[in-house]
Amino acid sequence: MSDLSRRPAAAVVGETVPHESAALHVTGRALYTDDLVARTKGVLHAWPVQSPHAHARVTGLRAEPAYDVPGVVRVLTADDVPGLNDSGTKHDEPLFPAEVMYHGQVVCWVLAETLEAARRGASAVDVDYEPLSALLTIREAIDADSFQGVRPTAGHGDVEAALARAAHVFEGETEMAGQEHFYLETQASLADVDDAGQVFVQSSTQHPSETQEVVAHVLDLAAHQVTVQCLRMGGGFGGKEVQANGYAAVAALGAALTGRPVRVRLNRTQDITMTGKRHGFHATWRVGFDDDGHLVALDTLLTSDGGWSLDLSEAVLARAICHVDNTYWIPDVRIRGRIAKTHKTSQTAFRGFGGPQGMLVLEDVLGRCAPLLGIDPLDLRRRNFYVEGQETPYGQPVRHAARAATAWDQVLDGADVAARAREIADFNTAHEHTKRGLGVTPVKFGISFNFTPLNQAGALVHVYKDGSVLVNHGGTEMGQGLHTKMLQVAATALGVPLSRVRLAPTRTDKVPNTSATAASSSADLNGGAVKDACEQIRDRLVEVDAGRGLPWEQLVAEAYLERVSLFAAGYYRTEGLHWDADTFRGTPFKYFAYGVAAAEVEVDGFTGAYRTRRVDIVHDVGDSLSPLVDLGQIEGGFVQGAGWLTLEDLRWDTSDGEQRGRVTTQAASTYKLPSFSEMPEVFNVTMLERAHEEGAVYGSKAVGEPPLMLALSVREALRQACGAFGPAGRAVDLASPATPEAVYWALDAARLAAGMREPAGA
Amino acid sequence: MTGIPDVMVNGEALALAGVTPHTTALDFLRDRGLTGAKESCAEGECGACCVLVARPPADGSPGTEWTSVNACLVAAASLAGQDVVTSEGLGTPDRLHPVQREMAERGGSQCGYCTPGFVCSMAAEYYRHDRGPAASSNGTHGDNGFDLHALTGNLCRCTGYRPIRDAAYALGPPAPDDALAVRRTAPAPAPPPTRLEADGAAFVRPADLAAALDLLADHADARAVAGATDLGVEINLRGARPGLLVQIDRLEELRGLRWSDAELVIGAALSLTEIERRLAGRLPLLDELFWQFASRPIRNGATLGGNLGTGSPIGDSPPVLLALAADLVLVSTSGERRVALADYFTGYRTSVREPGELIKEVVIPLPVAGLTAFHKIAKRRFDDISSVAVGFALDVRDGVVRSARIGLGGVAATPVRAREAEATLNGRAWAQETVDEAADVLAATGTPIDDQRASARYRAAMLGQALRRLYAEELVATGSTDGSHGTGGGVA
Repeated sequence: MSDLSRRPAAAVVGETVPHESAALHVTGRALYTDDLVARTKGVLHAWPVQSPHAHARVTGLRAEPAYDVPGVVRVLTADDVPGLNDSGTKHDEPLFPAEVMYHGQVVCWVLAETLEAARRGASAVDVDYEPLSALLTIREAIDADSFQGVRPTAGHGDVEAALARAAHVFEGETEMAGQEHFYLETQASLADVDDAGQVFVQSSTQHPSETQEVVAHVLDLAAHQVTVQCLRMGGGFGGKEVQANGYAAVAALGAALTGRPVRVRLNRTQDITMTGKRHGFHATWRVGFDDDGHLVALDTLLTSDGGWSLDLSEAVLARAICHVDNTYWIPDVRIRGRIAKTHKTSQTAFRGFGGPQGMLVLEDVLGRCAPLLGIDPLDLRRRNFYVEGQETPYGQPVRHAARAATAWDQVLDGADVAARAREIADFNTAHEHTKRGLGVTPVKFGISFNFTPLNQAGALVHVYKDGSVLVNHGGTEMGQGLHTKMLQVAATALGVPLSRVRLAPTRTDKVPNTSATAASSSADLNGGAVKDACEQIRDRLVEVDAGRGLPWEQLVAEAYLERVSLFAAGYYRTEGLHWDADTFRGTPFKYFAYGVAAAEVEVDGFTGAYRTRRVDIVHDVGDSLSPLVDLGQIEGGFVQGAGWLTLEDLRWDTSDGEQRGRVTTQAASTYKLPSFSEMPEVFNVTMLERAHEEGAVYGSKAVGEPPLMLALSVREALRQACGAFGPAGRAVDLASPATPEAVYWALDAARLAAGMREPAGA
Repeated sequence: MTGIPDVMVNGEALALAGVTPHTTALDFLRDRGLTGAKESCAEGECGACCVLVARPPADGSPGTEWTSVNACLVAAASLAGQDVVTSEGLGTPDRLHPVQREMAERGGSQCGYCTPGFVCSMAAEYYRHDRGPAASSNGTHGDNGFDLHALTGNLCRCTGYRPIRDAAYALGPPAPDDALAVRRTAPAPAPPPTRLEADGAAFVRPADLAAALDLLADHADARAVAGATDLGVEINLRGARPGLLVQIDRLEELRGLRWSDAELVIGAALSLTEIERRLAGRLPLLDELFWQFASRPIRNGATLGGNLGTGSPIGDSPPVLLALAADLVLVSTSGERRVALADYFTGYRTSVREPGELIKEVVIPLPVAGLTAFHKIAKRRFDDISSVAVGFALDVRDGVVRSARIGLGGVAATPVRAREAEATLNGRAWAQETVDEAADVLAATGTPIDDQRASARYRAAMLGQALRRLYAEELVATGSTDGSHGTGGGVA
């Protein structure tokens, strides 16, 4: 057991405690960025002027009419930018563009005394466009050879030779849609400038340091002139990892120009039409199996839909490539990837960060091929699991490979899968119009940022003379319970009750140069840093105590009098990582998080509507830092994943009409999130036991993203149920998302294959 | 200013000074520092804005009911003289309300943004006067009688809902000295007649129907508003700014509900919740409609008058009301007239209703045919908009279809009767062969479109499948294949 992972006796980590802000949440007192507006005097409100074209040159912009609208104070355009006119760090995202690259892109912003005046002002701005042709789908981009960024390849062995000798070779295509984050709190920033020209931006951002960096380069300021604070977010899910930066920059620019506080808050329509989403992917694949169903070879080409700019698309693609294998050993494998450039929002981070898309490819392959091989899909999956000593396609040894098998067996046992499979078969025989299906899928998810330098974190811990403790760290709170865990880590490391520790909002002037709160690794990284800071203080106090066993308050008071420092900056970097992006090989991940889910669905043959009857999950969180928080991440991640795979149906107008490129699902009424009706009726979640992780703080594991991919079990269950409408031995192709309509067409095809009556409209 | 009465919020009188007719209740509350309620979708879908309003109990009993309302949709001015409780007013971090305590302790909040709205919707159901321990829990009811449909208008992106459900199902009865529970025994404040003018527009809550009709007759740009569940969306997301809002939801003349042997008359300004509770399952086809009609907070505001008045081709009530052969009573300063719903719609969001005319009542002839069903096709089971919807009312006796009425939504610019499919069924044996033939006719009805909700092909297929499903389910229900079916009289 490492020093990092060892837990002291009576540790506060591992205790079941509610979210640290729960009492504030439920009483409406928890403050979010936009709640500050009511407490701030003289705020100006911003409204965007959005492009009505997917691709066009801006040939003229007349702001004067906006100034005729009462209340309008300022129109922000490219001419107002003192620094770099760019909202990103790759410098391919002009904040005020001369060429609009997607429908809804903002051309300029109007600031006014009221939101209503800003809205009216924006509609008065006169913009001339010269429309250009636009690419909307991945297929259009492929046909037009429109790509951006790197085109990596991962793999080992000789794929062609292996496919040539494989007993069974199949090929196909898999396509999956993206996903709108639909964080309940839309993008929001509130900026002000003080007497010294210091810019203070309150932002709903997962990455305050990068927000600071972007604000600084837009305003041509040094980083130390900009402070960014994030109180908390009403959800992020990756959508505020980089995409908050531009709105913060607009607010800061407005504040700098007017000398007044400026609020930028997107309404839902603006948020959906302006911000990036989960990448949709397209994959072509060839796969070989031997007679026993062992994977022999896989050759696949992934194309992600990056949208108009690179954003995080290269990193998302890297993680997708690194997760095609999931828990499966493929002796000869080649995975290539590329990023389509289309005239859509710039697709970005979303919980799983490409991992879900990569995993879906091989799970889709296995789900489709199992009937063709005549092997039960559960058996097909299980017999291809990694064993200790094998390497991933990117050359990392698969440590703790047996945990996937342990979780698998535990799910099969605990969920009584064998008996239920028989019950389901009986039910399906007895019911012509209703079929049930059971899907079991595993998850292996690599933890750490693929890009090694990001795997570092800082913390600042203060102990005050009265013994109370204040913790700052570089991570942001978006509901995932990071702050709760950090409080527990600090209390454990200092040996004080949880009630003695308070956590202050995340600010760039407390902890600098932080990484985004992302990649599930914020508890690992910031936990390591908080623990380091606390242990520095604790070590000093141990000396002061000199074995006397003084009570905490007395010890702290004495240390102060002895002039012993009671605060410390903590630092942590993940050891043992290396990554060569050119050869696409290395050990990018500290460890893997494992999990297995079994899902049972019931499908109505008349409509394709379905319900999730039962879900059983065994998931590996290491030794949990905070069980209630981890349970929430597992359940919530699962349902969000099920939303992506079965319900959430992101659509753009791909017609050649005037609205080409417009998001057609730009509201909660047209873009449906999971509701109570999608909650599994029976939902059993167990955490894997004996799961201690040496390489992470107090033996825990990251939990933010991995559970999302457990929802692939629902998709596979739907495939099974659809297949039950048709003959055995037939591959079932299922679109993603598997909406009721998609399920209907899949089961209808199965029904037709069985020679059943052709229904109307088919 | 015009001396508009204050709103009582969490026991404190808040002046409506400075609001315009288009200011939402949500913006009003937030501007005054009550930032617990949030804007997330601005169209009544997510419930982050939900607050409690003291209203007369929906079932018509005396007293007050704490009703969950989407503050993002209703006008601030419409709350004049009324009592509102927000999440801040339910409890404090030191003295959590029982709903807040269950939500907090069970992990019911993660990011917390949806939580104040959830807490209000949950509190509304917590205080429902006829909620009590249920004999058994089922999919949507807890042992404590909590109806999960109370929360279908609230979205959470973090938790996956299980802990929220568990919190709801763990709630006991309110304590005897609980102030909000005690408050239920006193009458809800009647909203006083109100007039507010600002920003070039006016909001009027008239004293009676005659005054409302005068306003509508005199002002071409007047919009009648009840729950604002449609108009609120137009204002928030599409920039609509009507010059005159006439608030009609509490006009007694529009709020009757009367039975006779021959007909059921439903006031056009009764909320869907009020109709649902007052009918109490006595008309099974309407009962099938209610839970599928939006969400509880929306049903607390939405009315049949509004659903028919907007004339949307995908409204949920028209297919059902067409199947029920409903008539509408229209009223204006010129008097009343009665039109068949089947003759009411004239085109996309247009109808025979004249400017200045209001829908007063919906009249449903009785008895209702014995075999009825409402099939709504949507992506999500709770709170979605249909791609197509089908209402059936079939009178099947001695194995023969004596009469068939089928109402359709989502297949044309207006809701329509499926006359050809009806004709195919009428007088024929209620058998698979007939059903298949009629299903094919039904599937060819109208001109459904491709859009983000569904393909035209799926919509057409679903029309036919609806009839096949009706037949198959009825076979199962009656346990017979020989055509011996129950007789009419769906109304008990």
